Amino acid sequence: MKIRTILLTTGAVLAAAPMAVAQDMADSMTIVSWGGAYQESQVKAYAEPYKKLHPEVEIVWDESSPEAVAKLRAQAEAGNITWDLVDVTAADAMRLCDEGLAMEVDHDEILAPAPDGTPASEDFGDMIVSDCFIPQIAYSITNAYRTDVEEWNGKEPQDICALFDTETFPGTRTLEKRPINNMEWALICDGVPYENVYDVLATEEGQDRAFAKLDTIKDQTIWWSSAAESIQYLADGEAVIGSSYNGRFFSAIVEQDQPLEMLWDTQVYDIDGWVIPDDLPEERLARVKDFLYFATDTQRLADQAKYISYGPARASSAPLVSTHAELGIEMAPHMPTNPANSKNAFVQNYTWWADYRDDLNAKFQAWLAQ
Amino acid sequence: MSSIDLPSTPKPSLTGFVLPIVAVAGAFFGLVTGSAKDSTLLGLVIGAVVGAALAYALVGYMPNRRLGRWVAIGLFAAIGILVGGFPGAVAGAAIGAVMGWITYWLSTGAYRHNVPIYYTAPQVLWHNSYLFICGLVFFFLIAPILTIMPLSFNAENFFTFTPEMLALDPAGYSLKHYRDFFTNPNWQQAMRNSVQIAPAATFISVSLGTLAAIGLSSEHVPFRRPIMAILISPMIVPLIISAAGMYFFYSRVGLQGTYLGVVLAHAALGIPFVIITVTATLVGFDNSLTRASANMGAGPVRTFFKVQMPLILPGVISGGLFAFITSFDEIVVVLFVGSAGQKTLPWQMFTGLREQISPTILAVASILVVISIALLSTVELLRRRSERLRGMSPG
Repeated sequence: MKIRTILLTTGAVLAAAPMAVAQDMADSMTIVSWGGAYQESQVKAYAEPYKKLHPEVEIVWDESSPEAVAKLRAQAEAGNITWDLVDVTAADAMRLCDEGLAMEVDHDEILAPAPDGTPASEDFGDMIVSDCFIPQIAYSITNAYRTDVEEWNGKEPQDICALFDTETFPGTRTLEKRPINNMEWALICDGVPYENVYDVLATEEGQDRAFAKLDTIKDQTIWWSSAAESIQYLADGEAVIGSSYNGRFFSAIVEQDQPLEMLWDTQVYDIDGWVIPDDLPEERLARVKDFLYFATDTQRLADQAKYISYGPARASSAPLVSTHAELGIEMAPHMPTNPANSKNAFVQNYTWWADYRDDLNAKFQAWLAQ
Repeated sequence: MSSIDLPSTPKPSLTGFVLPIVAVAGAFFGLVTGSAKDSTLLGLVIGAVVGAALAYALVGYMPNRRLGRWVAIGLFAAIGILVGGFPGAVAGAAIGAVMGWITYWLSTGAYRHNVPIYYTAPQVLWHNSYLFICGLVFFFLIAPILTIMPLSFNAENFFTFTPEMLALDPAGYSLKHYRDFFTNPNWQQAMRNSVQIAPAATFISVSLGTLAAIGLSSEHVPFRRPIMAILISPMIVPLIISAAGMYFFYSRVGLQGTYLGVVLAHAALGIPFVIITVTATLVGFDNSLTRASANMGAGPVRTFFKVQMPLILPGVISGGLFAFITSFDEIVVVLFVGSAGQKTLPWQMFTGLREQISPTILAVASILVVISIALLSTVELLRRRSERLRGMSPG
């Protein structure tokens, strides 16, 4: 009987229904993130303190960041935006911004200034790669290897080219199932200097050269599509060397005691941050802005680094980074931006990838299928 | 084959029959062991030789079957210890048991025991290959499910059979993933949602499906077949298409991202199961009973609940269980129609597998497997009971 009543009511308010559901939404907020240890760090550093200040707010976490672009497109098409705040990589933020799916923001207006009064746009500096993008952390895609491989006879990989050196370091590799980073590493190990990588990669011959280099390890590589897979392969010993996000490696090595060692050489920096979906109803937008102002201030960003080894995006947060919340170890040496780790870092060219991404993705998938 | 066969089967030839087959079996195990040690071909050859030698020794010098098989197990376990320590010994003992069994099974002619005496050699071969293929199918269906169960007691946070686990060291095992499932708010919320959504969807499916089945089984309903086809179409149309359609439709009417939306979507998926099982029960239903009931003054509703319902109840319950499992295991539709607030267990497992390969997923999977087995056993028991009640089976 009750269900029938509900059905009838629903039928009666067909046209007005979206409004009816949206009415009381300002006290609840859906935040989209990546799950795992990273989302956990956001919950502890941002959401829990925010809830202490505003106990009436209910925060729902949706682990859909990997398909954020596709899902936001579908939501916009269906006229039913259910997300309030979305955690995406810088490249995805650029795409969402170009397609008008993310809201353009004035960083100085909606974000807190640094404690010394520096406006947010200066505090974040170069990290603001798009008008829609509110930076959060700097992370890197880097490599790690197992420390217990007998066939290596006590040798340890010193640089990125160990990936391609199957003579000295035999065994299965695990790399991301995307051209990005892999193509750069292949060219660098084929003798291309850092500053020329993107010029070479822009040419047909350069791309063939990168694929030829990758060909040398293709039959010994397991391709991962989520970072958790890569850690699983390495921890299980199915792979002996491979790439993942530095925070995932930190968790496996320091928190889980796996026999792995970081290979920081030629780590590739990337940035991750928030976007606000376009066209949010007013009450929800107000709530999101309130949360965002709090969650991206200097102290909150520094707090996040207690839980995961990603560098805070604000310059003013760096001096506040302290020790791991449970293990009590210094976090600074585990940050990708630590001088010892970053001396050979490679700076990815976002704009280049924005232009070549679709084309190279198609070529890479075709190459994988060969 | 002679025209007058004696009941006792003749002993098959040793060199022409038993040795080659046991050698092939040995080669197979050699291949598996060899590929684990990176020497496939060598393993193959050694396996074949060892197999043949074993068969020769057992058939020639060990007429006592039981003793011979224990000797084979002991021998292979000893080899296993040399090759791979304790796990090797277990694997070796298993291989020895199989090899010993095959040898005697062939050499004593036991492989003909279950076939009629007049079968020709190809027929016997087919009979045994058939059993073998069935065994393989069963193995490949069950093995992945059985593998996850010990892994879910892993003390590590990865899907890894650690050396401690293989050595059966208690330190290698832990209940922490089960503890995580019962204490982690994410899993608890998913569990709550599943437990709320599945019964509601089942209730709607059963009510509507039973009514539809009764209506469609009465002869004076026009267009019965087309209506039936439409009602069971959610079972046939690829899920992703239903899901995408529901997503856009529900978004427009404001049902997307609500409990009611997920319940309705799951009910639509469950209805076909109820219709099919109830229709099948109604085939054996005697309509003169409803006429008798009407004759004695009962209205249609009273007739339904007092006469028809009790008789078709097993069909309704088994349909309901299928509808329940459909909703409980469903992931595609809920990913579209639900939002994070309605995430169900399969949703949480899906994102968990992608973002964080944690053995908690295996713990949940083990629990779900046990629940599914319990539910399906209930269905089977009910089915047997209903057949017995209707005199369709002697059991």
